[in-house]
This record gives sequence, C-alpha cells and structure tokens, in this order.
Amino acid sequence: MSHNSEQFITLTSRTMVLAQENIDTDQIIPARFLTTTSRKGLGRAAFYDWRYDEAGMARNSDPFAGKDPDEHQILVGGSNFGCGSSREHAPWALADFGFRAVVSTKIADIFKSNALKNGILPIEVSAETHADLIASPGTELIIDLERLEISRPGKWKQSFEIDPFGRRCLLDGVDPLGFLQSCEDDIVKFEARNT
Amino acid sequence: MSPKSLFDKVWDRHLVREETAEQPAVLYIDRHLVHEVTSPQAFSALKERGLKLRAPERTFATMDHSTPTVPLGPDGAPVFASEDTRAQVQTLQENCVAFGIELFGWDSPHRGVIHVMAPELGLTLPGMTIVCGDSHTATHGAFGALAFGIGTTEVSHVLATQCLLQSKPKSMRVTLKGRLNSGISAKDMALAVIAALGSGGGTGYVIEYAGEAVRALGMEERMTLCNMTIEAGARAGMIAPDDVTYAWLKGRNYAPKGDDWQKAVADWKTLKSDDNAAYDAEIMLEARLIAPMITFGPSPDQAMAVDSITPHPCGPVESKGLDYMRFTPGRPVMGEKVDVVFIGSCTNGRLSDLQAAARVLLGHRIHPGVRMLVVPGSEQVRREAESEGLHEIFEAAGAEWRLPGCSMCIAMNGDMAKPGELVVSTSNRNFEGRQGKGARTVLASPATAAASAVWGEVADPRPFTEAPRVA
Ligand code: SF4
Repeated sequence: MSHNSEQFITLTSRTMVLAQENIDTDQIIPARFLTTTSRKGLGRAAFYDWRYDEAGMARNSDPFAGKDPDEHQILVGGSNFGCGSSREHAPWALADFGFRAVVSTKIADIFKSNALKNGILPIEVSAETHADLIASPGTELIIDLERLEISRPGKWKQSFEIDPFGRRCLLDGVDPLGFLQSCEDDIVKFEARNT
Repeated sequence: MSPKSLFDKVWDRHLVREETAEQPAVLYIDRHLVHEVTSPQAFSALKERGLKLRAPERTFATMDHSTPTVPLGPDGAPVFASEDTRAQVQTLQENCVAFGIELFGWDSPHRGVIHVMAPELGLTLPGMTIVCGDSHTATHGAFGALAFGIGTTEVSHVLATQCLLQSKPKSMRVTLKGRLNSGISAKDMALAVIAALGSGGGTGYVIEYAGEAVRALGMEERMTLCNMTIEAGARAGMIAPDDVTYAWLKGRNYAPKGDDWQKAVADWKTLKSDDNAAYDAEIMLEARLIAPMITFGPSPDQAMAVDSITPHPCGPVESKGLDYMRFTPGRPVMGEKVDVVFIGSCTNGRLSDLQAAARVLLGHRIHPGVRMLVVPGSEQVRREAESEGLHEIFEAAGAEWRLPGCSMCIAMNGDMAKPGELVVSTSNRNFEGRQGKGARTVLASPATAAASAVWGEVADPRPFTEAPRVA
C-alpha cells in the first residue's frame, strides 16, 4: 500500500506482451494459490498455468520465458484485462513478478482499483496505440505519472487518466486508510444522523 | 428535485462526504461480509497498525471457499484437502474471535456460501450498502441494495472505518421486456444479458434490471440474475424492491420485526427509480426470445442458445477459446460428451435451483459416464432440501449429495475436474482452469445441467421442463 512514491514519477522500462483479450484473474493467479494467508511471495504463482505444465515443468510456450525482472516491468494485455474476481492476489502476484504497470485498451474495475493500491499503474490507451504495442513486444516505454503521459520514444506520446486520488497516494505518499481515519468526525455525524 | 434512479438514491443516502475533483466520495457501508480467502491479509494490516473494528456488529463472517464438502471425519472434524486450506479457515476463526466478529462456522446451522447465507438470514436488506472481498457480492443487489466486491486493502479500510473511498460509477438500465417462456430460468436470462453486453460491456457501470420479465422473477431468481452482473464487468446489479422482496424477507432472523418492519417497508417503497430518471446507458432485450443458454468458450459472454452452433471465430481470441474448449466452429455443442455435472454455487445453489434439477432427475438415472455433484449453497438450503426429500432424488439418480460450500465453482477445496474433462456447471465462471487445471466448463442452468447428466452429453432441458402437449 505505501510504496516508495518517488520511484513513480517516471518509469522507463520494456514491455512484455500478452495479446489475448479477457485475461481474467484466474489466469493471473489460479485459485489454488489463494489458500495463503500472506501477501508475500506470490510472483511464483503469477500466470502459473501459462508458464508451467501439469508436471510443474516450464512450458515451451511460456510467454514470460525471456523476462528480465529489471528490464520488463510493463505488461501489455488485450482488452478487458483483469476481469473476474476481486482477488487482490492478482496485483500482489504481478508486483512480486516484477510488473509496475499494466497497459490495455480496457482494464476491469476491481482489478484497476486493486492494482493502483499496490503500486501497479493501470493505464488505458487508445486502440491505435495498443495495436502498436502489440506489434512491437519488448519496446521501451516511458510512463510519466506526474504529467499523465505514456510515450514510445521517437514514435508517439499519449496522455492517460488515472484515479486522481490514487495518483496522489502514489506521488505524495498519501495513505488512504489514514485519510479515511481523518474523516472520523464526519463518520460519527453520519452515524448519529442514521441511527 | 431532479429525478433519481434507485442507484442514485442508495448512493446519496450513504455519503459521509461528497466526491470532489481531488477526492472520491466517502461512502458508509452498512454490512460487511467476510470469508476466509480475502480477509487474512486485511486483518494482518489492522494488527500491524494496532487497529480495532469500528463496527463489529455490522460485520458477519462465514467459511465457504476452502471448506470441504465431504462428510465430517470419524472424529467429527472437517476433512480438509490440504494443510493450507485448514490453516486459512483456522486463521479466519482466530481473527473473528480476536476482533469480535460473528462467525457462522462449523457449529452453526447457518454456515454457507456467503452470498447464499447472508440473504437467507435477512442480513441483506433493501437500500443497504453491502461489500465483501468477493466479486459476486453483486448478488445482494437483488433486494435493492448497492452491493459490490472489493479488494483486500479495501476490506481493511471497511474493517477499520466502516467506510470506503469510491468514485460514483455510471448507471445503466437493462430492461427485459415481455415474459420468459416456461421452462426458461433466470440463469438463461443472465447468460443472455452477458452475451449481449460482452464481458467488458458493463465496466464502469452499476446496472439496474427492469421490465416485466424481471418483476416476474422470484427472489432466488433475482439473486441469480444480479449475481452474474460482474461477468459483464459491472460493479453491481440492482433490482428495485417490491412485494416479492418484502414477502421473502419477512420473519428472517435479522430482518426488522413488529413496528420496525412496517416502518422499514414504508421506507423501502420509496427506493424505486423515479419516472424519467436518467441513465448513462440503456439496453433492452425481449425476454420471450431467450432460450436455454450454454457457454461455448472460456468467457461467460461466449454464450448461445443450447440448440445453436458455435460461431466462426472473428479473431485469434475466439479461436483460442474454442481450441481450449476443443469445440469446432460452426458445430453444435449439444451432444458433446460430458464428464462432470456440478449443481451449486452462489449463482444456483439455492432451494429453487435444487428443485429445478430434481424435477429433471426424478425417475431417471444419470449416465454411467458422468460424475454429478450436488452442493447446497448453505446449511439451511441443505435442511430444506432434505426435508423435501430432494437428496433422495439426487442419490437415487446416482449423484453425490454434499455439504455446503463453494466447491467446484472455484475448485479450492479439493473438489475439481481433471485436465480435459468437460463440466456442465451451474456456477458463474468458465475461465480456463477455473474448475481444475485444464478442465473445460460449460455454464448452464440447473435444468440444463441435470438434463446433460441424464444424457451424458450437453443436452436441451426442454423435453424435461416443458409441459407435455395435449394432442
Ligand atoms: S460460489 Fe463461487 S462465485 Fe460464489 S462466492 Fe463461492 S467461489 Fe465465489
């Protein structure tokens, strides 16, 4: 929740591309890995069934085979990324697997909210930009959270939207739970009015 | 005053602070439902900060996802599939004691799938805000509540402050005109709506279901419809409360009693959308055109009438989906050999669902090649079903009658299909691997699932459900 905000002013990194649409949270982390009571160490389970076969051996088709944790921090997914369950284990797993941004034309609501709370920027781009990203896996992108801009150097630059409060939490280190606690007077008044 | 929709009314009633350009609204939460999978890390967050629950009396817990559905062991204890699942359930029990939360646990006659248990106890009431770390919280919207799933960080926010930071979603009205044909269920209606909207078509919206066909649904059917709203990407589904709602709720454990009941009903009657209320989007469907529905791909919007043929894929996504399902474009799915049939879940694990399946099975045996699990949604559903003798119909037909839980809907508790097996399931998600690694899921209504169990292949339920014609 309270990630180091400064790192987030800009992110320069390469993409990993999963062109498939509707990548649901059961793909991002299969339910059998949800029996944990901790939020740590879930990177191993990220996209597990895409990476490993029934015997637990790496698949030839593993889309993350060449992933360098320091190099590839941006995940480009097909439309409706993160649909399905509300499991926050999905962004926990992605963050632990080294991702700090997800880019798609459409990102599912609950995933979007969960991702932002865990230092993963959910970025929605135009179909045109998306097509360029799908066609050029591994390309370097610059994401500027302050200016709300995503660019492919020398090619294009596009603005994006992010929940303004979530952005403040990342940039200024605002703690959402602390903020809610600071609303105590209003909460007490609300409860008095409604009981 | 400008006309308001049901959603506007419930939203406005819960504003602790209005939304501004910089800050989302602070929304008060009336009911918080908790289960073992998405709560442990939230309780840990509270412990790290030394926080207590703001309103333990608004918080209710049960265990359902990783709990076994096989009979208790000889020592009277549940037989867990793994140490992890046992530890997860135990962590919930410990947290409920430590934080003073009412838990419907092993010894409770009310334990069940959280979205089955809460409404049947009257914990779900019209006009409430209800959240749970679970996307199918949308179920409770059937009562005219604003109910939606949240992540674990937000679970900790609600535990600590009883509030959430929320930007107001857009609104959509989905109107179902006319009436469903006889033998067509709310599940078929839900799949038809999702197919029309697409799996991301509702993203950013709260949906209000309206129209004659929705009004004609019973409470359990309304829950089935609202339950699957999330499969179109929408946060919540809502149906304005009416006499059907009040009749269903009256006398339930946590429903208001006596004078309070009268007052509550008078208030609930104000919750319907005003004439001319504005919606950001509207769609309309003809209910009479809805047939029994099945899915053909690994996404809930890939749904079609049971007797139609799979579409020719218009892109690599659909073609990969059909490949995973091992279905051929332009061919029927009806007639495909079935390995497993699952009746249960928060979508279709209620008494009326079990009755619908039992009506099909009565006097039949399931096909010898099929394994069929019938998992009641709660202890209460189990008792009611057994008092009607439904379990005997299931067992006589060759199906397994299990203890309540999520079971094969999410395959966390050991109940799962083997790689490659075809499952006809009354649950809500057919994602790749959802019911076991490599398992292939066809979503359907209880009647369609039961008919498929009898034939041993994906089957049309209408020969079982339609009244015989008089010559
Ligand atoms: S029955 Fe399935 S969808 Fe419903 S709460 Fe359980 S796992 Fe989730």
